[in-house]
Amino acid sequence: METYTAMRQFADSWGMVGMGLFFLGVIVFTLRPGGKRQAQEAANIPLKED
Amino acid sequence: MNYTIETILIGVGVFLAVLGAAFAQDSLFQAHMGVLAITLAIAFILMLRRISFAPAGPQASQSEYFDDVVRYGVIATVFWGVVGFLVGVVVALQLAFPDLNIEPFLNFGRLRPLHTSAVIFAFGGNALIATSFYVVQRTCRARLFGGSLGWFVFWGYQLFIVMAATGYLLGITQGREYAEPEWYVDLWLTIVWVAYLIAFLGTILKRKEPHIYVANWFYLSFIVTIAMLHVVNNLAVPVSFLGVKSYSLFSGVQDALTQWWYGHNAVGFFLTAGFLGMMYYFVPKQAGRPVYSYRLSIIHFWALIFMYIWAGPHHLHYTALPDWAQTLGMVFSVMLWMPSWGGMINGLMTLSGAWDKIRTDPVIRMMIIAIAFYGMSTFEGPMMSIKAVNSLSHYTEWTIGHVHSGALGWVGMITFGAVYYLVPKLWNRDGLYSLRLVNWHFWLSTLGIVIYAAVLWVAGIQQGLMWREYDSQGFLVYSFAESVKAMFPYYVLRAVGGGLYLIGGLVMAYNVYMTIRGYKRNEAPIVGSVPNLQPAE
Repeated sequence: METYTAMRQFADSWGMVGMGLFFLGVIVFTLRPGGKRQAQEAANIPLKED
Repeated sequence: MNYTIETILIGVGVFLAVLGAAFAQDSLFQAHMGVLAITLAIAFILMLRRISFAPAGPQASQSEYFDDVVRYGVIATVFWGVVGFLVGVVVALQLAFPDLNIEPFLNFGRLRPLHTSAVIFAFGGNALIATSFYVVQRTCRARLFGGSLGWFVFWGYQLFIVMAATGYLLGITQGREYAEPEWYVDLWLTIVWVAYLIAFLGTILKRKEPHIYVANWFYLSFIVTIAMLHVVNNLAVPVSFLGVKSYSLFSGVQDALTQWWYGHNAVGFFLTAGFLGMMYYFVPKQAGRPVYSYRLSIIHFWALIFMYIWAGPHHLHYTALPDWAQTLGMVFSVMLWMPSWGGMINGLMTLSGAWDKIRTDPVIRMMIIAIAFYGMSTFEGPMMSIKAVNSLSHYTEWTIGHVHSGALGWVGMITFGAVYYLVPKLWNRDGLYSLRLVNWHFWLSTLGIVIYAAVLWVAGIQQGLMWREYDSQGFLVYSFAESVKAMFPYYVLRAVGGGLYLIGGLVMAYNVYMTIRGYKRNEAPIVGSVPNLQPAE
């Protein structure tokens, strides 16, 4: 198979699924229960020092 | 410190540039190498004068932040900003009064890329490099990685700007939007950019703070993506290694798509992601409260970088680009509206509970109007990317109006806010020379943008409607020249809007200069910024 066709087929199938799942995973991980306290700590990083 | 090796390398650079000029294949390369030789020779002499033949003094403490390069960066930002705005006003006047085209060096075709590169890369780029170095050190609580690598990034970038700018004036261009410099200048920028990545990433890797603050994510995505875009877009074969001309590796519609994949992501990652990094640090600092929702900022980040990269084809609607690719670009552009507005809400709501600061603190006011313009232009952009709207707006002044509401409103204003925050901090001053001048700057620029954008809406829609008007016989009603002639009043008004913005920039330069010199203007405080004391009874 031509390289372009092979890469294109991969991008259209598993590549897209992989990226979609990664993106959903990021959102689920960010909004996980218990993430709020950690996020609040991180939000205060710039204010800790001058 | 003794920069002996650096000085020798610059000296070798002068020699090589002279050789390049001597053996040049064309006169343009000869002239450009001459410019390079003179620039490097000046740098060489300045470096020589700094060398002292004494034992190396105590090294600068490695525990302190490396702020010298940030100070230079802030001054360069203000300087290039004023230059870029000035060239913008000149090209605006050239459109209205063609007699102002002074051939050959100062005609519109050469000054226009000078304007775009000066404001995007010289003003915006210096602002991004300076603020990213400042932010990454503070939020990682670590000194900038790589010793004097930061100096190489700063001066190397200024050399790129000088070479790009002089190249445009000489007439050297590869004709790619926002990437006009020829192959040898592109190679130099690649080296500087890799050094920038190493300095930034190295600082993150040696951080003392366990979490990487979200502003650094935005800055890092900007650095990495610009590296990728720059390298792919500029893949080209030079005709000679001692000549200016090169040919792109791509041709036809593939080349067009590569250029707009680069062009739109330059907007997405240079002018948006990088400046969002600025927003996520300087707005909380100036307001004295954490960002509204940190989790929203994470989702903002990932959604933005997952979607922006697909939006480029909307620049090629109704061209030879396959229809599906055009639709893809349109759909992703419309989807981008969501993360953009998520980010805007996040930035604005950081002030919740402290909205009075908009009245009492002109610097916060500047940042908030920047975020408001971010919201407005990220609404307008997706709307214009819809094919039906684009068939009216494309190739008209509306597009230029849209770009400027984003560039003057969002990029410019958030940078001004960051500069006003940084200058007193970096030079250890109590505060700015004058807050009232910040207020003047705010209103001059805001008025300038509003005039500019509103005038070009009218101009663009009129232009689009004139181009598509048919009579009952099916003939076009207007010739192209008639639509050009109709633009005259709008072109004059546009120069007025740009002129106001330029005056605002000069006010900022004066304010920054006086702050650095340590002066404090004797002026009444901003209304509401000090509590109204009740007289004792």
